[in-house]
Amino acid sequence: MTITSEILDQHNITSDEYERLKQLMGREPNLTELGIFSVMWSEHCSYKSSKVHLRRLPTTGECLVQGPGENAGIVDIGDGWCAAFKIESHNHPSFIEPYQGAATGIGGILRDIFTMGARPVAAMDSLRFGPIRDEEANESNDQISAKTVARNRRIMAGVVKGLGDYGNAFGVPTVGGEVYFDPCYSLNPLVNAFALGLVRREQIFYGKAEGVNNSVIYAGAKTGRDGIHGATMASAEFDEAAMEKRPTVQVGDPFSEKLLLEACLEAMRSGAIVGIQDMGAAGLTSSSCEMGARAGNGVEINLDLVPQRETGMTAYEMMLSESQERMLIVAARGHERQVLEIFHRWDLDAVIIGKVIAEQRLRVTHNGELVADIPNLALTDEAPKYNRPMKEFAVASEDVSPKIAAAIASKSQILNPKSGKGMMTELLGYLLASPNIASKQWVYRQYDHMVRTNTVVLPGSDAAVIRVKETRRSMAMSLDCNSRYVQLNPREGAKLAVAESARNVVCSGARPLAVTNCLNFASPERPEVMWSFSEVIDGMAEACRTFGTPVTGGNVSFYNETEGRGIFPTPTIGMLGVIEDAKHITTQWFKEAGDVVLLLGATRNDLGASELLSVLTGEAAGGVPKLDLAEEKKVQEACLKAIQAGLVSSAHDCSEGGLAVALAESCFSSYGRFAIGAKLDLTEHAKLSGLADSATLLFAESPSRIVLSVKAGNVAQVKQIAAETGAAIVVIGEVGGEELTITCNGETLVADSVANLESIWSSALPQALDRPMQMAAD
Amino acid sequence: MKFGVVIFPGSNCDHDTYHVISKVIGQPVDFIWHKETDVDRYDAIILPGGFSYGDYLRSGAIARFSPVMKSVVEFANDGGFVLGICNGFQILCESGLLPGALLRNRDLKFICEHVNVRVEQTDTVFTGAYQPGQVLSLPIAHGEGNYFCDDATLAELETEGRVVFRYSTADGQITDEANPNGSLRNIAGICNRQRNVLGLMPHPERAAESMLGCKDGRAMFLSMADALVQLLKARA
Repeated sequence: MTITSEILDQHNITSDEYERLKQLMGREPNLTELGIFSVMWSEHCSYKSSKVHLRRLPTTGECLVQGPGENAGIVDIGDGWCAAFKIESHNHPSFIEPYQGAATGIGGILRDIFTMGARPVAAMDSLRFGPIRDEEANESNDQISAKTVARNRRIMAGVVKGLGDYGNAFGVPTVGGEVYFDPCYSLNPLVNAFALGLVRREQIFYGKAEGVNNSVIYAGAKTGRDGIHGATMASAEFDEAAMEKRPTVQVGDPFSEKLLLEACLEAMRSGAIVGIQDMGAAGLTSSSCEMGARAGNGVEINLDLVPQRETGMTAYEMMLSESQERMLIVAARGHERQVLEIFHRWDLDAVIIGKVIAEQRLRVTHNGELVADIPNLALTDEAPKYNRPMKEFAVASEDVSPKIAAAIASKSQILNPKSGKGMMTELLGYLLASPNIASKQWVYRQYDHMVRTNTVVLPGSDAAVIRVKETRRSMAMSLDCNSRYVQLNPREGAKLAVAESARNVVCSGARPLAVTNCLNFASPERPEVMWSFSEVIDGMAEACRTFGTPVTGGNVSFYNETEGRGIFPTPTIGMLGVIEDAKHITTQWFKEAGDVVLLLGATRNDLGASELLSVLTGEAAGGVPKLDLAEEKKVQEACLKAIQAGLVSSAHDCSEGGLAVALAESCFSSYGRFAIGAKLDLTEHAKLSGLADSATLLFAESPSRIVLSVKAGNVAQVKQIAAETGAAIVVIGEVGGEELTITCNGETLVADSVANLESIWSSALPQALDRPMQMAAD
Repeated sequence: MKFGVVIFPGSNCDHDTYHVISKVIGQPVDFIWHKETDVDRYDAIILPGGFSYGDYLRSGAIARFSPVMKSVVEFANDGGFVLGICNGFQILCESGLLPGALLRNRDLKFICEHVNVRVEQTDTVFTGAYQPGQVLSLPIAHGEGNYFCDDATLAELETEGRVVFRYSTADGQITDEANPNGSLRNIAGICNRQRNVLGLMPHPERAAESMLGCKDGRAMFLSMADALVQLLKARA
């Protein structure tokens, strides 16, 4: 079969790339080989547009055991224990088929963790959808038409159910995450799945095909025709025909995955395994050539021996299938039977399909014929890399205060009916009802977040915390990104995301340790997208250096655009922190009447890109909040020192919706405690911050601020710690009563019952989502 | 005294249950593989939560045919203590050790949260350490926990005092709002006529340590251990 330009197009291979391919091969490829190249050289597998930039991220640190390049990053958490963790996107499949797309997203990341020898103990998800409230529908913009809004709801419901059904059955608690809504995600939902596992340092496994002549074993589910070209699909933008790509989405089976987990861990403990890798994107192809490449060896496999679900599959189909729940294992010589027996005991297929060879090649036979014979490095290290053209754009710097003042004035009729509660109270309610801020219980109630009995802080606080039963330590984790900031100012937005994730982890009582990231962007072939990517990398690198948190790996997802419209650049940061002693675990909720409320940090004129602007005008505009990394570090240090000194009752960071939202959230009820009010006076804080405007004081999204509550007797010591660290701190009030009141200079800005505010906040998502199922409109 | 925790393919609360028995109440415990048929060395057997065999056909429908279940049924009929939690409850119903069935939740969604559960019976080997009418806070995590049975069975359960737990409000009222999944009469757990087999949807093993925010479930395992001590003494 001759390779025509039409065939190259179908494989997303450019003519330049084809020339390179032929040069590396020393001949023309056959169709199977071309298929193999097309997936391995896809953006998804090769990182061809991002690699030149990713190098600028800090990837070294004291705690680091395994940095980028393996199936997951690994850090040392003490006492001989390590944490393997990673985040990965499954955006494109989740748009085409929300339930299975999301399910296989969590399935894939769980395999990445246990393939390293770690038992998954926690999962989180970062999700982004288009608007879901009917009242946001507007027919003049098809990103928010009534039809699109209804579809966004279906996508969200499907994604959440898919993640839940898979994670719940597998038995990993989904302990936290984030959910955001913006019109740019209407046709490009983002599903980023994070997983974390625990492993003894000496029991870590790597994806290396060591030992020439060692057997290569295929274990797990049978290979079918599902998911062929999934990686290629995920490396192109969508058009109207996207739904025709549904067959490229894989189908998940959490039951097989659970058996695979137990069998893999048992086989690893037996000492019979040399190397192991899951068959994720590009299945059999990527696992066999990457394992060979990492060990400086090659792998030879015979497809006739591969367990197959369907008859008559071609070599091309088998090599490109992305059937789920499969593993490739290199067994220690003489221990092959032992490995097979363990898998058979778990009722899983396991067969020897090939061996490790000394030549650095991927060699595949089928029906007695050699159907592919490719140098490994041509597929991995020598894949094309692009330094794509970049075009700088002006970052937003507009002061949106006048815009907000005008919007408040013009909306005063709508916003301030007859409640008599005052404008600022109305605005606070408006913000609490915004899906970006509202309670996410509708989502996490569908996830088993308690299985494994380690979840010490239930979902809803700044960071999720799980205990490590074997030690005194606990782990805190948080996923964060405000993509509105990144869109308006990529470099600063990335820094703000890292700073917030570190702050969240600190608020739970943890020292930030390391980062994983999921970089979701539009087409890299657009120079402004590529520039924002480059800026994000530099911003992230600078912030990670400041906090001493190396990047241990992650995932890049480009081409998140449909019909020419892309998403906001969305670099999701997954921060892992360690809590040295269980008694330092802290939550965001006020605990007891009489406790004193303090505010660490200063508020600035940071209403640009704010949630307030968005709910008032629907706009993402203005200069992003100003972040001073040195100041941020001081605030975090002061908070952590005070927590570690045992002085803090609660700690909550200020983010979307600003100080007022943070204060309201601290009042709301949580498991085992009732809601409680607070009486706050911001006069001194306003003076310290040099601010007079009420909306700014209450709703500006200045970073580097933490609301603390402490016993009255601890105030002096906490102030002392802040002073020593160099962080600004003032007392702003007291916990107690059933009302949240915020005053400044004698004027009451906010006064409402906590019960009322909490009801607004907790009913927003159910109101939008729990409606009679609508028939699919498309 | 020896506890056994059965591992079906797809069990995922097996380690949690084992942890509570071995570390929290400090009693001897082993895992029992689903292909085993000899359970004679155990005094109490726990069927843990999870998704046995993926629960693809119907929750618990395939697990009841696993080799170990034949022995568990005999064990129960001989008076051995059998506790089924969540998926374990579903398996007990499927295997006929308990009557009725667990249907999909009323709102068709999986629900994971803490609920209040009122103790209705304290004269079982699982609830001896509780007070009658005591309200417990226990987590649920299931998609199919909506207890259903025919009228005759329901009448029998009620008259024989075999409804052991009901979903309630924090102050012990049995209301529709307090019913998370639509179960008949707010039923959260029932026992057999001999009162040595209990099935319940809430997870006591997830509420046995103060670090997890609640230890109301611990007394269920302590009750079993106490009852076993009595039983073994009586036998000796």
